[in-house]
Formats: sequence, C-alpha cells, structure tokens
Amino acid sequence: MFRAKEYVRAKSLQEAYDLNQKRSSVLLGGMMWLKMGRNDKGTAIDLSELGLDGIEEDETEFRIGCMCSLRRLEQHEGLNRYFGGVWKECTRFIVGTQFRNTATVGGSVFGRYGFSDILTCLMVLDAQVELYQGGIIPIAAFAGMKYDRDILVRVIIRKDGRRAAYTSQRRSKTDFPLIACGLARKEGIWYAAIGARPEKAVLVTAPVTEEPFEVQAKELADRFCFRDNLRGSGDYRRHLAGIYMRRLMEQLGEEDLECR
Amino acid sequence: MQIKITLNGKPVTAEIQADTLLLDLLREQGCYSVKRGCETSNCGLCTVWLDQLPVLSCSVLAARADGHAIITLEGVPKEAEAFSDYLAKEGADQCGFCSPGLILNVLAMERELTDPDEEQILEFLSGNLCRCTGYMGQLRAIRNYLKSRSKHEREV
Amino acid sequence: MERTKHYVGSPVIKKDAKALLAGKPVYTDDIAPADCLIVKVLRSPHAHALIEEIDTARALAVPGIETILTWKDSPQKRFTMAGQTYPEPSPYDRLILDQRMRFVGDAAAIVAGSDERAVDRALRLIKVKYQVLEPVLDFHTAKDHAVLVHPEDSWKSLCPVGADSRRNLCASMTDGTGDVDTVLSQCAHVIEHTYHVKANQQAMMETFRTFTTLDAYGRLNVTSSTQIPFHVRRIVANALDIPKSKVRVIKPRIGGGFGAKQTVVSEVYPALVTWKTGKPAKMIFTRYESQIASSPRHEMEVTVRLGADEDGVFQAIDLYTLSNTGAFGEHGPTTVGLSGHKSIPLYATPKAYRFSYDVVYTNTMSAGAYRGYGATQGIFALESAVNELARELQMDPVQLREKNMVHEGDVMPAYYGETANSCALDRCMARAKELMHWDDKYPSRALGNGKVRAVGVAMSMQGSAISNCDVGSVTLKLNDDGFYSLMIGAADMGTGCDTTLSQIAADCLCCDLDNIVVHGVDTDVSPYDSGSYASSTAYLTGMATMKTCESMVKKILEKGAEYLERTIGDVDFDGSEVFCLDGSGRISLQDIGNRVMCNNGKALEVTESHSSPVSPPPFMVGMAEIELDQETCDYKLVNYVAVVDCGTPINPNLVRVQTEGGLGQGIGMAMFEDVTRSEKGQVYENSFMQYKLPTRMDVGTIQVEFESSYEPTGPFGVKSIGEVVINTPSPAIAGAVANAAGVQIRELPITAEKIFRARAALKNGG
Repeated sequence: MFRAKEYVRAKSLQEAYDLNQKRSSVLLGGMMWLKMGRNDKGTAIDLSELGLDGIEEDETEFRIGCMCSLRRLEQHEGLNRYFGGVWKECTRFIVGTQFRNTATVGGSVFGRYGFSDILTCLMVLDAQVELYQGGIIPIAAFAGMKYDRDILVRVIIRKDGRRAAYTSQRRSKTDFPLIACGLARKEGIWYAAIGARPEKAVLVTAPVTEEPFEVQAKELADRFCFRDNLRGSGDYRRHLAGIYMRRLMEQLGEEDLECR
Repeated sequence: MQIKITLNGKPVTAEIQADTLLLDLLREQGCYSVKRGCETSNCGLCTVWLDQLPVLSCSVLAARADGHAIITLEGVPKEAEAFSDYLAKEGADQCGFCSPGLILNVLAMERELTDPDEEQILEFLSGNLCRCTGYMGQLRAIRNYLKSRSKHEREV
Repeated sequence: MERTKHYVGSPVIKKDAKALLAGKPVYTDDIAPADCLIVKVLRSPHAHALIEEIDTARALAVPGIETILTWKDSPQKRFTMAGQTYPEPSPYDRLILDQRMRFVGDAAAIVAGSDERAVDRALRLIKVKYQVLEPVLDFHTAKDHAVLVHPEDSWKSLCPVGADSRRNLCASMTDGTGDVDTVLSQCAHVIEHTYHVKANQQAMMETFRTFTTLDAYGRLNVTSSTQIPFHVRRIVANALDIPKSKVRVIKPRIGGGFGAKQTVVSEVYPALVTWKTGKPAKMIFTRYESQIASSPRHEMEVTVRLGADEDGVFQAIDLYTLSNTGAFGEHGPTTVGLSGHKSIPLYATPKAYRFSYDVVYTNTMSAGAYRGYGATQGIFALESAVNELARELQMDPVQLREKNMVHEGDVMPAYYGETANSCALDRCMARAKELMHWDDKYPSRALGNGKVRAVGVAMSMQGSAISNCDVGSVTLKLNDDGFYSLMIGAADMGTGCDTTLSQIAADCLCCDLDNIVVHGVDTDVSPYDSGSYASSTAYLTGMATMKTCESMVKKILEKGAEYLERTIGDVDFDGSEVFCLDGSGRISLQDIGNRVMCNNGKALEVTESHSSPVSPPPFMVGMAEIELDQETCDYKLVNYVAVVDCGTPINPNLVRVQTEGGLGQGIGMAMFEDVTRSEKGQVYENSFMQYKLPTRMDVGTIQVEFESSYEPTGPFGVKSIGEVVINTPSPAIAGAVANAAGVQIRELPITAEKIFRARAALKNGG
C-alpha cells in the first residue's frame, strides 16, 4: 500500500530535484509498481506538468520524456517506422491498454526491473538516458548504476541506422515475460539484450560472422546467465535464448533482403 | 489537500489526502460503478477516462487528477447503454462486476480505432479481465455493436 | 390450464441486466452503511505456530481503533465454515480465532476501527509472540505424520466419513464392485499413472465481503456476498455461539462465486465485531487475502489404473485419490467423492471398479468448493488415462470412447446405482467431432514453419443437486393488480437464476415475464433453500417453482370460483382470467388480486419445496486444438469445441455463456493458473500479477453447441449446467499437447517448460 504525507506537482525540474533529495521523498512515475509494495513516503513528487510526456523526433534522434506513457511509445509512428515496429512488439503485451496509458517510460526505465520489456528494447538500440544532474549516459551503464536521487528526464534514441527486432515468451499473453529478447544489427555488429533472465537486461555485442545464425545465436545466448524463478528455470531460459536469438537474426536477415 | 476536478462534466471540489487513490475518491463521490478487483493493476475493473484516455483509477493518485476531467460510467449513460444493450442481449453481463470497466474501455476503443479487426479488439481489451463469460459473449456483443455503429454511420 | 407462454427455451435478457450494466450500486460494498467499522485480520506469518503472547496495547491506542479481538475473545465452540446441509460432513474444526495458527495467513487477531488508515496502522503495532512449530506441508506425508494439524480434543466429526484427527485424516473411504485386482491382472492393457491438480483459485472478480449491523430487535443482520444465505445463518450462529434466531442474512447482487462463496470466508469477522461492539462493521477481502486465505480447489493427486482388453473394451477402473484439505476440513470429505463418482460412470463397460481415497490435513490454506467440486480432478485423471490408453492401443481416442461410454438407459454402478435416464453423450461426441473436423485434424499436422497443430478430446459429467439432501423452495404471492412476487432462497450470483426461475414461473402461470417480480435472498423472508451449489438451482429450485405455481393456480381457481359463485370444477384459469367453462362469467386476475385485499380469509400465497431422490448428470464432450512451437514448446489454444447435454436449456443465452465461462476457467487451470509454495508454506501466487487468469487473448475461439436430452425428473426436462462445463479443458488440452509433442503432462498447469522437460527426458530415455 502506498502512503505519502504530501503531494507536490513540481513547477520545475530543479524544484523536483531539491524535493527529491530527502530520503523519504519519491518521484511518481505511473504509480503502477509504487503502490504495490509497502511504501511509506514523505513527499510524492509529480512531474506530470513539466511537459515531459511527449516524444520529440528530429533528424538525428528521438527524445522521449520520462512521463511519456508506454502507450504513446507503442503507438508512435516515427519510432515504429524507424525501428521496424519493435516498439509495438515490446509493449503490446504489457497488461492492457489502460495500464500502458498510465505507466511511464521514466518509471519503467528508472526501476530497472528484471522483467522490463522496455529496458531490454532500449538496450539493443543503444539508447541513452538524460539525468538531471548526471547528464547523458548510455542506458547499459545506467542499468548497472545504483539507485540514486537524480531525476531521469528523458530517454534518447539515436537514429544510427540500426535495425532491431524484439520478441518475448509469456506464460499467458499479458503476463510478465518468461524471457524477453531484443536484437539489433549495425555495421557488422550484433547488439543483443535479454531481459527476464529473470535479472534485468544486459547488453552483449558480437561481430556478425559467416557462421550459421544458429551457431552465432548460441554463442550470443551463452554469454548471458540465467536463473530460476516462478515463471521458468534457468535451463529452460537458456534453451529459449538460443532459439529466439536465432529467430531474431533470421528476421533481421530477411528484412535485409527485403530492403535490398 | 483540496482538488478541483471535472467529474462527469460537473466541477467538483474535494478534500483528499496526498495518497488518496482516484478509485477511492470516485467511490466517495458516489460513482459506485468504479470497482476494485485487485491491488496490482491487473484486472481493469476500475477503468475510468482521464482526459478521455482510459486509465486504471487504482493506479492514479487523486491529487494527480487535480485540474483534469474524469469520466466514469455514470457520466456516459447513453453511450454506455447503446453498447451494453448488446451485452445484455448475449447474456454476457453475468455477474456484472467487470462490466463498467469493460464498457468504458470498449467506448474508448471505438474512439481510438477505426474498424478494428478481431486481433486489435482482443489486444485493446486484454486488460479487462472477466471470470464469468470466457469472453466469447462479450466479443459477440462488441462485434454486433460495432456493426450497428458502422451501419448507423453509413446511414448518417 | 393450457400453457401458452414459452419463455422456457427463450434467450430472454436477465432481469437485473440494466442495473448491472449501468454500474448501479447493488453489490455488498456499494450498499454498506457509511459508518461501518473497517474490519481487518492480522494474519499468521507461520504455517504452524502457537500464539504465546499477543500485545495489543499500542495498537489500541491508535486514534479511531474501536476494538482488537484475539483468541481470548473468540467463542470456544468449534464449527465448520463449509456451506453444507446440517449435519455437515465437514468436521467441526474451526474457531473464529484460535491460539494455534495452522497456515500462513491464518487469523491471529481482528482489528476494527473507524477508517482504513487507522486499522492498517494498528495491524502493524500488534506484537505477537509465536511459538513456531514444525508444519506439515507435504500432503503425501501428512497421513499418520508425527505432527498433528488438529491435536485438540474439541475437534469433532458429525458424519461417518472416516475422519480421524489423530491421523491428520479428514476423510477416508473405499467402495466398488467386482474384484478389481483380478480383472486388471487379466487385462491385455493396463494404464497406470498419477495425475496432479493444484489448489486453483475461483478468482471471482468481487472478492469476499460482508457487512453486519444490529437491527431494532437486537438481531445480527449479515449482508454478504454469498451463495448460501441459509447456511451462513447457521454457521454464523454456531461461530458466535448464539441462537440462530438472532441472525438474519441478506444476499445482494454478487460479483461471481464459482463455489468460493459456498464457504463462509469473510462473514465471521465483522459478525464478531458487531456482536461485541453493537456497531456496524464491514470486511472487504483484498485480492491478496483472497489468494492466500480463502477456499480454493482441493489439490488432489489421482492415481488411475485403467484396464482394457485387446479391442479396447474397458474391463476395470481402479482409482485412488489423495486430497489435500489444508488446515481445515471445509468440503474435504465431499469433494473427494466426486473425483471417482463423477468420472468412473462416464464409462459403461468396466466389469469392476474400485474407488478409494484419503483426505489429509496439512498446514496450508484450507480448501473449499470450486466449480466441478472434485469431479474436475477425477476427470482430468481418468480422461487423461483414457487418452494414454488410446495411444497405447494406437486407436483414435474418440473411437475408444464411443466403444465404452455410457448411454441413455445404462445403470451407473459408480454413480450410486442411478440409471442414466437422459443422456445424449453419444450425440455430443458425434457433433463435437463434426465441429472440430476431428477426422481431418487427428492426431496432428505440421504447419511447415516449425509449428504443429494437434487435437485432444475429453468427456465430462456432473450431477444436478445432491440427491436426497438439497432442498429448493419457492414462495409465490399474488398482489394487487395481479402481479406475482416470486421469493426464492437460491442465490443468483450472476448466473441468472432470478431470471430463469421467473421464466419457468411465467410459463407455468401463463403470464408475462414482467408480471413476476423476484426477491433475492433474505433469510427472514425467503423460503428455505440449501443454496446455489452442487449444480442445483435450475433442476431443484426450478422444480419447486413448478410445484409452487401449480399450487398457486389451484388457489386462484378456488378464489375465482368463490367470487364467481361457482364450484371449482366449473371454472378454469388462462393466466389472465378465471372463467366459467360454460361461458357464463369471468373475473380477471387483476380483480382477484385487488379483491383479496378486502374481506379475505385465505391468503393467495404458497410455498412449495422440492428434493430429489436422483441427481441426473449433465454430460458433455470437449475438444481442444492447440498449436505447438516444436522448438520452444510454447503453445497456444487455437480452438475449443464443446457440445453439452444439459437437458432442456431454459435460457439458451445464459447456458451458452455459462458454458463458455466454465471453459474459460478450465482453460486457465489447464494452461497457467498455478499454485506453488515456499518452503515455509507461503503461497507465491498471491495476486493477479502472479496468479494469471486467462485474458481474452488466451482462450482462442470457443465454440459451444447443445445436444439436449430430456430429463424426466427435471422441470421442462432440465438438468444442470453450472459445473459440468469446467471439467474437459485440462484433459483435452493435455491430450492435444501429447499428440503434438509426444509427451503426456500429468501435472497442471501444462506449461511450455513442462513439455520441454518431458521431451528432454524422453530423448534421454528417462
């Protein structure tokens, strides 16, 4: 149950940042996860009126505000066109429309949840996060950082010509993923991320070789570690990782052919 | 703290706590159609529209609704009835506990998607759980409703 | 009187549809008084412990806290929470609050206060010192375990069900005919396997909830989301150790039950608070509480030995069920019976059968009643075994069933010797086969993309009410202007029985459906009904409705004749008028209704009850088509076909939706609804985030048809529909998976990983 003594709708990032320096403060995302645990907070800080709920696109990048809903991500034409529909694929099984209308990119990324489809997908796109104090850093680095009291302002995805594909397996359609796999290819490099291992996604890169996809996929998958949880065992996840990586390679390969 | 919202088209001023959930505020305001089926944002029973978008009112702070417009099933009786008559005709109301959330999300879907196919319908509504019907009767009702609406539109 | 109305068989809209679909405040929490004390329960973190000390001083000091009750405040007379007819087969093993904690989630204290915040705070401030004891968590080793779940002397079993609390036994029994062991030893084929069904949650959308008040007469009024108002009256009186005359129970609209609310789960807590404080009180279970401290399905392991000759003709069935009733015995002795008595009789051919069982206590959440009530577990086992036998015989499992299934007129020795007076199981099978295009699809076909589609089949039966036990009653009143009040004691929980019983009454009274108003259950007003369970309402209360209407018509004729100054033999009634047969006079029902309100000595009010010496089984066939990914072993349900014989469908829409809904639940249970526990006995699937119900994207296409027989003992030929529909998905989907993957999964749910592991084991020759 979520408890807070005070609610503040921040007028500026600086105000939000200052308020957030107290250990008892909390930044509100979509409130999806926050309200589930036993959370007794002092000040709940709302960023919803700072104009951070949109997606900006220019020639070089997409800038996604931390209060942007997962639903916007799912439906954004530019993002999906540029990345071959991965954003729809990595969001559409997350609980339901109403959930995705409320859940935010910032909440999803800042939480660095093991089950996060979003984090997994962002990793293979080599996205960056813009922190209010910490500046712009690669998402893979951010995922490894300790939780601190900075503010995640935006997520930035560069238009660097990579193409990406995404897939997940779930026990029921809108469950957490049992495994979440993302793969991108750019200039002879595979960018692979696997989430729900059940630990959070990590990024692994490897050169594209002449080996059959099956072999390359297995090699990639073997570089991840897997563990048991309610939804599946580490062994099974390892088995799946190889298969899905191969399929994503094939998918990207096929698209290559189509492009030509 | 005090907030001002537009609830079903009417201005409402309410005294709330910082951590009051929108769901609880709405029930306090007499919008009993808003139900709670879980505490984990999974069931869809508490669906309302926040500035026209369907959201889970169990996961929105009432404070965050300050200055915004909320619609519950009570606020759209005509639109709701136009669809719910189809549910009733299928016997797909059953216990009725999940119906308000479903109806609001179907109306939101209608606004958002043009001529959705079955997969789109199922995906849009997947966050509305129902334990009575196995979903088939609801799907029949939705199809018939959408058919009647597109017919209606053609005629207009 | 000639019947001119035909509501029975028509898809009329439910009488409460408008209100439900407009979101009107008609459920328990919607109508609770605003000044109710909020009641919550402090729950044990230990599976087995004794409360040594409980310090409530700091908690009591929280502003707004009205009372905190501990085991010292609880009446000390044991009772059962099972909603069953007295004397209940379920043992008297409960106290509202006990010193001994028997599962993680057991009630340690009750807190009541003016608002939720205060109560939550108080809950955190209660200090309990537990003496932690070794729990019995594995139901395989529970019988004759050194640790007893119920060591207390006050434990009591009212019925001869083979219970022995000194052995952790809630029930134990064997029955059968013929020499099973000898017959099996002579069989060409014997399939022997054990099948495991988990403690699934009914997961109705409205969790358990009750509010209680004291009325002007000092009586305890209990408004509760329940299927069993009259049993609640008895159980609450037993629990509080007060006279039953002090308790009144009211059932508003209910947000689903599925058997969960055939057990008293939430009622006793606010009841004790109101009784002690005199103040209104309300308890709303969280979903978390509903998942960890409620009344789920009995986990069962069913071991089947199925013997057949070379041609596949069944010779003997030997079935042993080990059932886990958990910490308390609610429905323990009875659910287990159905695992044999409602599976074995699907087959007419065996010469011998044996059915034996043990029901054991463990330190896990108490089980209860869930749609299917043990039949689900038995049918998963036996129907899976039949599919395995078909594979061994290399015979189509449809053909194997056609060879052995029960037919109309057959005596069913394992079904209390009853005869199947109405049975269209053969027609159900034939039609299901057509709908599924079984002959084209069986057993499987590769789609050429690494995926394979395969089909599986299963049959199911249930009962219609508990024979020689359940009572359905109906009161009918004629009012001014000639409208009728239909008072029923059966609980409409969304199923629509307020409407379907009105349909029966309207046909019997030759009146418009709108001329009948229905009154849901109030134990002070409604006639006695055992309640809405055991698939009884349409069959039993339906028959009571017919009887009542007949008596009412007789009374109307008498009154009409009196007003027309004729003898009863000279008049008839057509639903709207009593008229002289010779055409010499008539009086309208409206006039009779109005006239009896002046100078009248005979009330136009009747009550009739009905019980049945038989419990005619509905039957059905279910077929599943799945698509399996050969590499990942992930699969989806593509298509489910079901053909049902429920006798005459009173309301085709409502029976269809009942069927689709039951199948939906069955599909969830087959595919992903799991219940697992930590080493300490905590349930992991304690929310809808972890306990996954099927969404509309998970159920594929469900196609339902009816092949009706006519049940001579039911109203208009009716049998039941509510429960039979949940039983086929597990065995049918397991069968389809076996045909796709080559491995039989014998433990639910059938997950992709289980298929993957079974295949790996097969490859390794394990």
